[in-house]
Amino acid sequence: MYHAFLIKYAEIAIKGKNRYLFEDALVGRIQQALKKAEGEFAVRKEQGRIYVDCLGEFDFDETVGALKKVFGIVGICPLVQLQDEGFERLSEDVISYLDQAYPEKNFSFKVNARRARKNYPMESMEINAAIGERILEAYPDTRVDVHCPEVMLHIEIRNDINLYSTVIPGPGGMPVGTNGKAMLLLSGGIDSPVAGYMIAKRGVAIDAVYFHAPPYTSDRARQKVVDLARMVAAYSGPIHLYVVNFTEIQLYIYEQCPHEELTIIMRRYMMRIAEHFAGERKCLGLITGESIGQVASQTMQSLAATNEVCTLPVYRPLIGFDKQEIIAVSEKIGTYETSILPYEDCCTIFVAKHPVTKPNLNVINSSEKKLAEKIDVLVREAVESAELISVTA
Amino acid sequence: MQAYLDNSATTRCSERVKNVMLELLTTDYGNPSSMHRMGAEAERRVREAREKIAGTLKADEKEIYFTSGGTEANNMAVIGAAMANRRAGNHIITTSIEHPSVSAPIGFLEEQGFRVTYLSVDNDGILSLEELKDAVCDETILISLMMVNNEIGAAEPVEEAIRIAREKNPNVVVHVDAIQAYGKYRIYPKRIGIDLLSVSGHKIHGPKGVGFLFIKDKTKIKPIIYGGGQQKGLRSGTENVPGAVGLGEAAAEIYEDFEQKIEGLYQIRERLTEGLLTMEGVFVNGKKGRDAAPHIVSVSVSGVRSEVLLHALEERGVYVSAGSACASNKPSVSPTLSAIGLKKSLLDSTVRFSFSVETTAEEIDYALSVLREEIPKLRKYMRK
Repeated sequence: MYHAFLIKYAEIAIKGKNRYLFEDALVGRIQQALKKAEGEFAVRKEQGRIYVDCLGEFDFDETVGALKKVFGIVGICPLVQLQDEGFERLSEDVISYLDQAYPEKNFSFKVNARRARKNYPMESMEINAAIGERILEAYPDTRVDVHCPEVMLHIEIRNDINLYSTVIPGPGGMPVGTNGKAMLLLSGGIDSPVAGYMIAKRGVAIDAVYFHAPPYTSDRARQKVVDLARMVAAYSGPIHLYVVNFTEIQLYIYEQCPHEELTIIMRRYMMRIAEHFAGERKCLGLITGESIGQVASQTMQSLAATNEVCTLPVYRPLIGFDKQEIIAVSEKIGTYETSILPYEDCCTIFVAKHPVTKPNLNVINSSEKKLAEKIDVLVREAVESAELISVTA
Repeated sequence: MQAYLDNSATTRCSERVKNVMLELLTTDYGNPSSMHRMGAEAERRVREAREKIAGTLKADEKEIYFTSGGTEANNMAVIGAAMANRRAGNHIITTSIEHPSVSAPIGFLEEQGFRVTYLSVDNDGILSLEELKDAVCDETILISLMMVNNEIGAAEPVEEAIRIAREKNPNVVVHVDAIQAYGKYRIYPKRIGIDLLSVSGHKIHGPKGVGFLFIKDKTKIKPIIYGGGQQKGLRSGTENVPGAVGLGEAAAEIYEDFEQKIEGLYQIRERLTEGLLTMEGVFVNGKKGRDAAPHIVSVSVSGVRSEVLLHALEERGVYVSAGSACASNKPSVSPTLSAIGLKKSLLDSTVRFSFSVETTAEEIDYALSVLREEIPKLRKYMRK
């Protein structure tokens, strides 16, 4: 029955002179996303609207599923498009549309006509009344409710006539690529993929860096991170993932510094290395999955200590989230099951029983001085030996 | 250099097996149930495979049933025998060190109301014959024992256990999980009173996804898979012809020059254990020398986590398993290692080396030299 979708977007409409940039980006992202769905599609921008026309056979669920992953879309409306062949024909088509779309004919409804083409012989209010009457005649168990209808039937009179009555919610946000790029510190855990998702939702393209520590972490742990990156890429578009071998740096810190400071100092080096790659890929910020107080390295003091080594802004979209709230998003975007696979990551090996929770910057800085002899070489080696993987959904 | 020392997880498919399978995948690809000539040819090849396998067991071709592997053979034996004999009693005996493909279906039967006795094992992983003697009663319908333990290579006194059990209850059905034993021992089920015997193809240089269950003639057993009635109704489903024929070939091949092969395996085993015992804080679990299975060595390395050691060895091309690779990839404490009373500090520090007829002395020497280098390095960075 449906052969097109009307795409609703919200924030883009208020972006003034830049509006066309956002709309063009959205059209591009939609075209990209629909490559995953069975069928051929044409995406067009017309009078401040975006339409997806389905050319020939297509898979409805796959198509909607693909569209639901495009940031910038707030609503997906399956659309019936009619030629204008007079009011009689229109009311017949409306009756048969309702017949197919709603097996139970006992709903409350409202007709919401919009006459965009002003030479149509009836006014919007007249159309509402006349069509409403026809519906009541055809389906006597239905009733009109103009305040809170179960079925809101939209009739848009344009060159053609658009008919729709359902709005499938989209992910919201802004089209990826309209707000620059940022470097995500991706671990195998629950939080960092969610953090990447949330920043991508604001239109930011994502690259990522992952630290592994063979032989203390396994190939499966690495594969898990690649899989998570692929899941985030389903929303954010392609991700360049740097896989950095962190073993030597970690062991050196372990040897030279107080054990309870290991995690903080490690994280400071991770931030430094991430910032290096951020520069290489022209990223405008770093993203982490940190949330205040979640673990020892995420207290306000610890965050300040890791923040200190960065010059780029560090975006922490989960900063005020409880674990359960993070898990809820991770389940929604489908990363949860992969995140909880039980492979050790490099933050948990060698972790002290009682790591510092209130690191003093002076103390940390003086501990890091003990690394002076070799650390620059080790960091350079880690950066140079990093493996770059292109991840697409 | 590479040393694949994880042959109890799986082995490389032999050339002979590969060639015969290729032919059945592309040329003689008929369905044994088809009435035409191509079907008849496929049926003949499957029967030939049964004959080859039966020959190694001194059994009848009609007593071999192909399955999708060791796990299915074990499930079919345990569940099928319990269901078929439930009127005779509801007691089952097994050991505390069985592979999950036996212990899990027995757990299922326990949920269904069967009573289960789990025999304990000594520090070498050998089951307690005393406990067995005490456990067998008139109600006992099934005893399921493994012949060689997959994690520590303990060779169980199956023959004696069967004799003891039958003295007390001659009607008990005996299942032996021979997945790690077949191809390493000569096994004649009828001579020692085994009713059901499970074997897996890929542990003996055959293909994955195929195994067999020996079912002694007139043993009461029910199918666990229902359908078109293939294999006398006991295992429905179109026969995996290339798999079955590949397994037949592998079975025949592994028992050629058999004594020589086993001697070779024991020499490999001794070469490894002797080398290991010169290292400080390294312990070999289970029985020594010829009292243990020829192809499995369980080793505990104090102060090194098994997973880390495994990955460190892997980086140098030495492949072993931590705990038991084919049981699961989840890091958890192994029931077998707990059952032999291994010190708590060593439970998570135990790896398994396992050989096949393809394993060479050079591989062992290489593995030993890598161990000598890696263990001290890893110990240096123990968790504080």
